[in-house]
Amino acid sequence: MTHFLAVVLFALFASVVFGITQRETPRRMIHYGIYCFVLFVASAIVLSWLMYFIAR
Amino acid sequence: MATEENKNGTAEAGSQAASQQGFVYLPLIAGWLVPGAGHFLLRKWGRGALLSASILGMFVMGLAMQGKLYANAHDILDILGLAGDLGNGLLYIVSRVLGLGAEQVQVTTADYGTRFIVVAGLLNVIAAVDAHNLRTGRKS
Repeated sequence: MTHFLAVVLFALFASVVFGITQRETPRRMIHYGIYCFVLFVASAIVLSWLMYFIAR
Repeated sequence: MATEENKNGTAEAGSQAASQQGFVYLPLIAGWLVPGAGHFLLRKWGRGALLSASILGMFVMGLAMQGKLYANAHDILDILGLAGDLGNGLLYIVSRVLGLGAEQVQVTTADYGTRFIVVAGLLNVIAAVDAHNLRTGRKS
């Protein structure tokens, strides 16, 4: 398993739980779940590049 | 017409009152012991199935990555890890009894696996509290 796949799976599972538990209507649950998923993955990519440049 | 609306309103209020009877903390405890069970008890089948699949998936992935199950509380980090692991309820207990999970973290993915298991426990606690909120009517 690649590190990126681990990040994507982590984001997927956590986003599903966040979406269901933090919003009340199904439509808002889906929107919030997608929002969390995108934030998880995007922040992981941005932080990875930051660490790459810091380490050089 | 108005009488029929009144009847519907009364029936709805009656069913709501009926759902408020019984042990209020049952969905909370069931949801903690078995992921998604709190929502199943409240007949929220779809939500329960998704929560169950997510938490179970994360826990199994953690074990598959040779993640460690915290068993003792020698220092503060171990205590925090143990608290997170205990959030998994029966999954944690059964896994400990069966001897699953690595004793020590030896590869990088095992460190990820350990975090997966801890986070699965924390997510399970969130899901159980959500079931409790649905039960008490704090969440519609």
